[in-house]
Amino acid sequence: MEIALSWYLGLSAVLFAIGVAGVLFRSNLIIILMSVELMLNAVNITLVALSQYMGEVSGQILVFFVMSVAAAEAAIGLAIVIAIFRNKLTVDVNNINLFKW
Amino acid sequence: MDISGAYDSILYDIAGGFSLLVLLLAGIVCIVWDIFENDEPVLPFVAAMACVVGIVWEVRNLDAGSSTVFYDSIRAYGLASYINITILLSALATVILSVPYLKRIKHGYGEVYALIVFATAGAVMMGTANSLVTVFVGLETMSISLYILAGLVRRDEGGIESALKYFLLGAFSTGFFLYGIALLYGATGTMYLPEMASGFIERGELTLLFWAGIALFFVGFLFKVSAVPFHMWTPDVYQGAPTPLTGYMSTASKAAAFAALVLVLYYGLAPMPVAAWQTALAVVALVTMVLGNLLALVQNNAKRMLAYSSIAHAGYVLVALTAGTSQGYAGAVYYLLIYSLMNIGAFGVMALLEWDDKEGRLQTIDSLAGIGFRKPLLGVAMGVFMFSLIGFPPFGGFFGKVAVFAPAIEAGYTWLAIAGVLASALSGYYYLRVLYVFWMRTEEQADPAVRARAFPVSFSSAAVVVTCALVLLVIGFIPYVRDLTQIYFDASVFATMP
Repeated sequence: MEIALSWYLGLSAVLFAIGVAGVLFRSNLIIILMSVELMLNAVNITLVALSQYMGEVSGQILVFFVMSVAAAEAAIGLAIVIAIFRNKLTVDVNNINLFKW
Repeated sequence: MDISGAYDSILYDIAGGFSLLVLLLAGIVCIVWDIFENDEPVLPFVAAMACVVGIVWEVRNLDAGSSTVFYDSIRAYGLASYINITILLSALATVILSVPYLKRIKHGYGEVYALIVFATAGAVMMGTANSLVTVFVGLETMSISLYILAGLVRRDEGGIESALKYFLLGAFSTGFFLYGIALLYGATGTMYLPEMASGFIERGELTLLFWAGIALFFVGFLFKVSAVPFHMWTPDVYQGAPTPLTGYMSTASKAAAFAALVLVLYYGLAPMPVAAWQTALAVVALVTMVLGNLLALVQNNAKRMLAYSSIAHAGYVLVALTAGTSQGYAGAVYYLLIYSLMNIGAFGVMALLEWDDKEGRLQTIDSLAGIGFRKPLLGVAMGVFMFSLIGFPPFGGFFGKVAVFAPAIEAGYTWLAIAGVLASALSGYYYLRVLYVFWMRTEEQADPAVRARAFPVSFSSAAVVVTCALVLLVIGFIPYVRDLTQIYFDASVFATMP
């Protein structure tokens, strides 16, 4: 049975929205990082589905770049979180408020 | 894709992407060398030489006809060379200014220069992209290097907070940007910018997929160039990051993002009805100019003030993009060159006048009272940068502002241009206040810590600052530089689709 394109796009949109909500409403840095990864992977679903649907390969090429970028971002992000934790002993974004206005 | 001619075209590709390849090679040399010789003093020299070689190569190719290399992935020659020169000049100035600064704060690691070079390679890739894949890869290469550089002083809570905010909002906006790319890809069936337009002309209609894609895409871009609804990260990041690297963020990375936006609008979207996003861009430009300038008025910290000022300047560039004509795009590219020179100079002066050992995030503008008499060279150079940022006639900033506002008037956005001029007049208050503090106050009013400090100015830093100031004095009178941008944009592509 063939699954229609719109289902993939719908799934991807829902996952993306969950990722956005996670970034906006959670205050733990690790969870925010995970939500960002979810956003990127949701887009990957869109890219692969559209690429497959159109029989055009550059969307899938971009997916490989997105995966490596996500890995690099996770590495940098966790390094920054560790540096924050050593400084302030917290990973709650509400306590990282040195700069205002 | 036909790859039979791959070996024949490789020399052509290497020539077209020469500055990019030199930068990548220099970055790898720096980072490998640093493994064996920790903090080798030659590394900044390697980085600077890569920039110089790139600039010389691109200047030679300014007049060459624009073309694409690496299987249409990036553009080369002509306009691409002009953009690359802007980016490489900022990078060169940053490397030279960083050496004494980082030595002073004891963070002169070799990796810093490798990261600056990699960020520049990403900026060059993004600023000359011919495909959405290249835009994304370039953007991320640049951003990921900059996240690390922003948090270079990781023992300082301000520095690491700046890195965290830059990283979180950068990664968040990347998500939107990427989703926009994915939907545009679905709507147009291609990643290559010139083909996007032809796909539209064939199809003759714009789908919901397209409008959703273009909206998300613009949101991602506006985050990167810190236009107003998405500007919140800019002041915090600029205030906490090491000052020469802040200058880099506000010039090279912003120029690259705007250049990519120009390429997308011009090569990808020009044949489409521009009115739809013209209105959106006009509103964003207006709010960005007004809010950026108003919030800059109340800042006491020079770096934070310059951050809001860079938000305002993003608004001026958006005015030119709103026009959506070849003059508008040419004006935007010209403005980016001038803006880069002014801002890298202003941040360079602030880096040299830093005394709080906290990347300048705690020192107020008032603390530097009368510093112009002690450091006349820096004081005069700062005068040139501030007057140029206002847009005062003999300086480069004036000609840049003419180049961005005039196309808007021609395109019927007179109200936007008037708002821009009024906003510039408002900006005079906070720019001139810096000069007032530097020159009109006595040294006795300065902070005791400032009076006790010598502020050594190395020859190389002084040379960069003075060169930027001198170039700004004359650049407006070189019509060649300004007219050059005009010939890169062909008005015939604006055959508006019904």
